[in-house]
Amino acid sequence: MATKTVLEGVRDALYNEMSRDERVFIMGEDVGARGNVFLITQGFMDKFGRQRVIDTPLAEASIVGVAVGAAMAGMRPVAEIQFADFIYPAYNQIVGEAAKIRYRSAGGNTCPMVIRTPYGGGVRGALSHSVSVEALFYHVPGLKIVVPSTPADAQGLLTSAIRDDDPVMCLEHKRTYRLIKGEVPEGDFTVPIGKAAIAREGKDLSVITYGLMRHTATEAAEKLAAEGIEAEIVDLRSIRPMDRETILGSVTKTRRALIVHEDNKFGGVGAEVAAIIAEEALFELDAPIRRVCGPDVPAMGYAKEYEEAFMPSVERIATAMRELAAY
Amino acid sequence: MPQVVMPQLGETVTEGTVGRWLKKVGEPVAKYEPLLEVETDKVASEIPSPFAGTLSAIMAEEGSTVPVGSPVCEIAAAGEAPRPSGEAPSPSSEAPRATAPAELSAAPEPSPAAPAENVPAQSGAAIAPEPPPSAAAAQPFDQSGGNGARHSPAVRRLARMHHIDLSGVTGSGRGGRLTARDVIAHVESGSPRPAAPPAPAARPAAPPTPAATPVAASTAPAPPAAPSVPAAPTVPKPMTVAPVPVAPPGSEDTVIRLSQMRKTIAERMVLSKTTIPHAWSMVEADVTNVVRWRAREKDAFKAREGVNLTYLPIVIQAVCAAIREYPMVNATWAGDSIIQRKHINVGVAVDIEEGLIVPVIKDADRYSLAGLATTINELAARARSRKLTMDDLTDGTITVDNTGSLGSIASVPIINPPQAAIVTTEAIVRRPWVVDDAIAIRDIMNLCLSLDHRVLDGAVASHFLQAVKKRLESFSG
Repeated sequence: MATKTVLEGVRDALYNEMSRDERVFIMGEDVGARGNVFLITQGFMDKFGRQRVIDTPLAEASIVGVAVGAAMAGMRPVAEIQFADFIYPAYNQIVGEAAKIRYRSAGGNTCPMVIRTPYGGGVRGALSHSVSVEALFYHVPGLKIVVPSTPADAQGLLTSAIRDDDPVMCLEHKRTYRLIKGEVPEGDFTVPIGKAAIAREGKDLSVITYGLMRHTATEAAEKLAAEGIEAEIVDLRSIRPMDRETILGSVTKTRRALIVHEDNKFGGVGAEVAAIIAEEALFELDAPIRRVCGPDVPAMGYAKEYEEAFMPSVERIATAMRELAAY
Repeated sequence: MPQVVMPQLGETVTEGTVGRWLKKVGEPVAKYEPLLEVETDKVASEIPSPFAGTLSAIMAEEGSTVPVGSPVCEIAAAGEAPRPSGEAPSPSSEAPRATAPAELSAAPEPSPAAPAENVPAQSGAAIAPEPPPSAAAAQPFDQSGGNGARHSPAVRRLARMHHIDLSGVTGSGRGGRLTARDVIAHVESGSPRPAAPPAPAARPAAPPTPAATPVAASTAPAPPAAPSVPAAPTVPKPMTVAPVPVAPPGSEDTVIRLSQMRKTIAERMVLSKTTIPHAWSMVEADVTNVVRWRAREKDAFKAREGVNLTYLPIVIQAVCAAIREYPMVNATWAGDSIIQRKHINVGVAVDIEEGLIVPVIKDADRYSLAGLATTINELAARARSRKLTMDDLTDGTITVDNTGSLGSIASVPIINPPQAAIVTTEAIVRRPWVVDDAIAIRDIMNLCLSLDHRVLDGAVASHFLQAVKKRLESFSG
């Protein structure tokens, strides 16, 4: 086991897969000479050459579009969108093309590509460097979406994503990049797509979350443990496919469900989680399902106060947990 | 006119006693100014006025005990004319009397309809009496609390599963709300609970609609005819099954509206088949002796008892005797236990116009043959004339169904929950039969048994059926 940051987990997955499989290449804005804005791919261009580490123009539709074509032609592209806030021009290529290729060709073609993008707030990124985009994509059949929150998951899920035969979006919370450190297995390993993790066991309520909020919720849970309330934290890790068994198993055990995400509440991932629980575990529930999410405002402001008002805090989550446990 | 209601002075407090009024009728009251003292069994509290105005009427005298949420006084808002002093609020006329004429204030019971000319045309004068502000408005409290409140799906499911009366369970959730854990703790503490699932009782079984499917699957527990059957028995609810898609009726099809009885039969059938693991067994009984005896006795019996002698009471007698030998057959699955019933109450299916109904012969093992015959006859007559009472339909512990009356020779009856067994008597057929080392013509009847495999193992069930068979074969009147 080695201790790494999330960023290092991402880097090692890319590095190992590019070393292992010649079909793997990366493309995106500043991924080459600059080594990515977070310095994830620093040195990659020298190691793997300009053919496999491609600096692109500021043209997201092209980045994804080229990757779709390359994937159909047998390559394993890893397309990077520099910030999730810039992904919108590529929406058509992702949703209209990549997600539909297997279905449209009746299984004749697949689209084995990865779209990596840093997302999320809490880093004073202001309006155009803080957004969460998962809800815009998780509705779409044909796309897989992973949201690692630990270094091991970042490396293991990205490795799985690169080896997957279908398009996978890998959403990396940028605040976790250097903030979150953890043990990562040595050597070649993967984390399966579609499998949630129990980040913390508890019996009094289930907190279903993902991304940075896994850590915020865990902090709240530790706080509540001192009050005698044991919260179970379910880290979805994959938003699609979603691990229904783990969600339902946890809720069946605790009978109380709190869903926490940073993305806007309305129509967010929590809405689907709540619907799954309501449809399949209603008679296990001892309290109404509850959500703590980002507010339904268009963006996160730059001012510290705005940012704090947006991001679900340890206190907000702890309060909701307390109320739900006492219900 | 705004009223002040008895506040909830504690989560478990349901009423309060007026200790002392701190204001007199006619006196002005400021918002939050103490209005009265209320005593509960725990404390005495001063109740502040929720608004400013003039105390216009007192509805709860000192010393009187008033339920939480009931009005204790009225306060005329500032600018609103107070009610004449001494006058109780009128139940139907809220017309404020701007002036207080002497004759009105003297009237102890104001006329509900104040003469129009006496009523100043003032806002509020003609409006209907205001409903007393809800308790929540005057004193917000959590409606979700308390045992009378709504329960979560988990609590309801657990209560149903364990047959628990929730009124006896103490809640630990917010505002005294019952949590699933409270229910589990209650179950684990072994607290007393209602003896058993209120028997199939409420919905007696009615066996097979012979007309429907003479063979197999014909036996159908059915409900009482009365649509006003009380709450469903506390047996687990059938699991929900996605309805099979049904093509809409065509022009030549007939759509038959479901009667209440048909709906109940359907519900009970689904409940039984989806919650009870049915097992089935059949034996062949040589009832030649019974047939011969009946042929010999039936005329005298009719003359003596006034009713026809059929095979059914003979079979019921044999079933009762076999139950005494194997009492486990007379039992019910109760979720976490099996309840073996002392009384042997036999349900018998009666075919009536709307469907089937299963009146119960209580303590059937204590009847003579003639007594059984008379009782069956009487129950059937009352069933057909819609005179059965709930008592006739409840507390069955086993069902016997004469499917053979329509010619069936084998049935797979559906158990009438929460019973554990149902027996059918099939048609008596003359058949070539091996007796010792010879072939004889004998009267043969099949006896079929469906059993709740949670309660009964195959061995007990087989022994039971054999016992019935043995008694019939050795029958001598």
